[in-house]
Parts: sequence; structure tokens; C-alpha cells
Amino acid sequence: MAAIFVDNLTKSFNGFKALDSVSFEVGEGEIFGLLGPNGAGKTTAIKILVTLLRPSSGNVKVAGYDVVREADKVRRKIGVVFQEPTLDLELTAKENLDFHGRLYGMSREERRKRIAEVLELTGIKERADTLVKNFSGGMQRRLEIARGVLHEPEILFLDEPTLGLDVQTRRKIWDYIENLKKKGVTVVLTTHYIEEAEKLCDRVAIIDLGKIIALDTPERLKSYVGQLLTIEVEGSISACSISNAKIRDSVIEMSVENGEEAIPEVVRKLQSEGIKIKSVSLRKPTLEDVFVSLTGRKIRESGEEWKFWLRMRRR
Amino acid sequence: MRELQGIYVLWLRDIKRYLRARSRVLGSLGMPFFFLIFFSLGFRRAQIPSLSLKYTDFLAPGIIAMIILFTSVFSGISVVWDRQFGFLREIMVAPIGRTSIAIGRILGGATTAVIQGWIMLIASLAIGFSPLLSGLLPATLFMVLMAVAFTGVGIAFSTLMRDFHGFQIIINFFVFPVFLLSGAIFPIEELGNLAFFAMFNPMSYGVDGIRWSLTGYTEISPVYDFLVLGIFSASLVLIASYLFKRTEV
Repeated sequence: MAAIFVDNLTKSFNGFKALDSVSFEVGEGEIFGLLGPNGAGKTTAIKILVTLLRPSSGNVKVAGYDVVREADKVRRKIGVVFQEPTLDLELTAKENLDFHGRLYGMSREERRKRIAEVLELTGIKERADTLVKNFSGGMQRRLEIARGVLHEPEILFLDEPTLGLDVQTRRKIWDYIENLKKKGVTVVLTTHYIEEAEKLCDRVAIIDLGKIIALDTPERLKSYVGQLLTIEVEGSISACSISNAKIRDSVIEMSVENGEEAIPEVVRKLQSEGIKIKSVSLRKPTLEDVFVSLTGRKIRESGEEWKFWLRMRRR
Repeated sequence: MRELQGIYVLWLRDIKRYLRARSRVLGSLGMPFFFLIFFSLGFRRAQIPSLSLKYTDFLAPGIIAMIILFTSVFSGISVVWDRQFGFLREIMVAPIGRTSIAIGRILGGATTAVIQGWIMLIASLAIGFSPLLSGLLPATLFMVLMAVAFTGVGIAFSTLMRDFHGFQIIINFFVFPVFLLSGAIFPIEELGNLAFFAMFNPMSYGVDGIRWSLTGYTEISPVYDFLVLGIFSASLVLIASYLFKRTEV
């Protein structure tokens, strides 16, 4: 059984389609990423999956339960870390965690043990008894994550989990997410950090303007674009036997599906033509290249901001 | 069991926040306390034809009802804060029913309102109010019913508000008319033609109930007070839960 099943999901706000006929499935124990620019619809998708928004149309099941009709059962299975702050600023870090543990029906003993663990994980142990309103933004973020995983949910939703975190904490969170996977936890995360999607996710859905425009493993997605092979030769040449090569003086460039396999072949061909090779370099594409090749835009383009605000205002 | 636990946690949170926010507690007691001092001073020799009771004794229960009205409506509306600061989301994705969430908030808000009411009751002793000791228990019961009802009203309002812009409107066009039409500072009878509207005001029954308990003086009847308030607070719990169920965050 799929942990998450989304079929033909559409969500409109006053006629504006934030999500447009989106379908995907997430397997149990999978880390699934929604990658896209701000305002693409990632957060809307998460909010529907965690039962906070109702779909305008379509079928959505989480842990086998319908998110509208069986919302209570869905809530029992999931943990959520939202993009925006959701802490009680008037309570201490520990009280926030304790409150959460009680809401999820954890026993006193469980709460004591798990709270100590997550405080350790996120490195806020020393500030456990400080009121959250005195926390910095980064610390609040870490506390949100600590709280989201406190009750050890079967399915964890992370909306931009490491937004605004320093590199060190980000690494720690990544390690923890990978650990969760080993325990069989299903993780759905949204991100606009390319490295995050590539490093963590088993599969990535690239989402833009409310639609999924590609969905596959990061490796396969990147293979759509191919790799860029650059060969520098001695002297200047004007032609060679490779069909899709672009030649500029002493540099030959070509796009290949699998660089590692293509290199020996290409090198053999060129040598048989008597061309002497000085160097060979292969650049692997990133998911950013995939996004660019699909949309003609970058994920974190500066022009993205206005679109984000426009979407926010229309809600 | 899980639902009860959820209700308890939400209640506990309200109490913790209440105990921590000393300045707010003091601040909200200020206005009713000044009403109490200066009205009882200013009207102590006034002759109100329909009133057969010392004015201070008449006023004190009304002011107790006033602080309960203000505190409970305000704490109900404070759900809007939770929405703006995002905390509501944490509660809304938790595995407890919407009804339990609404009930937890109502009980939390009502508890703080009743505590405020008691603080005002004790403060009123200082200006010469002498309540019937036998009436403390029934007075508390009326306070609870009133507090539950008006926290429910506040929550119902909060589900219709996106932010705090409407707050002033609610205070000026709901809370104050309800307060002034309740017989809290002068007898309902003195309202003339408007006395009719006072009978549709649930607060009137709260004021009368508390006043009857603490002084034995009544304009309506304690039995009516209890019935009307009981039905009103029960329906507000239902309405607030229903509206809460429909909100998206």
C-alpha cells in the first residue's frame, strides 16, 4: 500500500488554481521531495496532505485514509513541520514539546525520554527552559523540527525544513532524516534547495505553477538533461566524426546521456581520427539544470519574488 | 480518553499563559475596578426609584459580571492570535477532534474569567461590599455559566475574523451594548422601552443570578437565570464547535 496517494488533485483560491490536476504516489519508507520555486504550490499541497485545507477536487489518501472524510485517522499517523512558525511564544521550549507530547497521547515516561532526545538532536538542550519568544529565528526553527518528530510519526511532512538554518544544523537535520528512513518512516519534504532534494530524496517531483512537470529519482531526472562532455584537443580542428559535437577551435563540446560510458567511446573515435586529446571534463547536471531545461527559468530566480507575493495576496 | 487529554492540555495551556501574563491580568482588572470605585462613590446618595438596595451592593455583582464578560469574550477572540502566530496549526493537525479543541479553549478561557471574577469579588470587599457567604457557591456557578457562554461567543467571533481589525468593532458594538443593557450598573427597569431588549440579553441573567446569590436582590428570578444561562451556554458550546470545525488554517 502506498503511504500517500494523490489522484487528480486541484485546489483553487477564488478561481486561481494553486494546484492543477496533480497526481502522485509515495511508497512506504520513501523520502519524497517536492521541488520548485516559491509559490509553485508546494505548501498548498502539504496543507492538503496534512488535513488543514480541503481539496477543491480530486482524491487524496494518507496512510490509507481519506484526508477529508477520515481526517482524524490521518492526523494520528503524521507529523508536520510547517514553513511558518507555529510555536507558542509564551511557553518555554520544553513546555512546547510537552504540550505536543500530551496532544499526541504520549505517556509521561515517553515524553521525558523523547523530549531529552529531540532537544539533544537539535542542540537546544541548554535553552530548554527559556521562553520561546526569546529564541532567535534559527533556534525557533530547530524547535519546530524537534517538535515535529517528537511523537515518532509514521509519515513526516517537512515544509522547507532547513530554511534559514546554518550549514552545520542543516547537516544534522539531514542525517536525522536519513536515519528516520532506516526506521521505515515515510518523509515528504518541500524545498527549493537543490542540494537538499538531491542529497535526501529517493524521488523528486518538480513542481511549477501548480503542476508537476517531472517526477523521478534525482539520477533519472538529471539523465533527462544529459551530461556535458568537454574535450580539449591539441591544435585546432574543424571537423570530427561525432555527430552532435560542437567544435570551437580546440574545444569539442557535446551532450551525452551517460558520461562515464561515453568517454572511452568518444576518446577512441577521436584517436582513430588522429586527434590528440589534452583533457576531458565531464560536468554532471544538477536538478537546477533539469528545472531550467523544463521551464526555461531558474528555481531561485530573483524575479520569482513578485510572483510569490502575488500568490500570497490572492489567497 | 484521548479527547479528554486533549481538552485538559488546551485548558492547561490557557492557565499557564494566564499565570505568566501578570501585567495583562492586572491591566484587564483596571477598568472594572475603577468603575466599581467611582460609580459607587458617585451614586452612593442617588435615589433610584426601583432600587431597594444600597448602591454599592447593587453595583459590585454587576462589576463582577462585567469582568467575566470582558475576559471571556477576549480570551475567545484570542484564537485569532493563535491563528496569526501560527500556533493554531499545531493544534489543528493534532489527533484530537475539533469539538474537543473548542471545548478545551472554552474551559480554559472560562476558568481564567472566573478567577478574574473572584479577584474582583475580593477587591470589592475593600470598598464596603458585604456578600452573603451562603451565596458564594451559587454565584460561582452563575459565573461559570456566563464565562462558558461568552468564551464561546468570542470563539465564534474568532472564526469569522482573519486578523485583529474587527476587534474594536466587537468591543464597541457587541461587548459594550451587552454590558450596558444587562442591568449591571443600574436596574433593567430604568431602561424604559429598552428594558424589552435587556430580556434578550443573556448577560442580564448572569448579572441577576450573581446578584441574587451575593445579595438576595433579584429583578428576574434565579430559576429563570439558571435556565436561560444554562441553555445559552450549552448552545454556544455547540455553535463554537461547529464554526471551529469549518475553519481552514
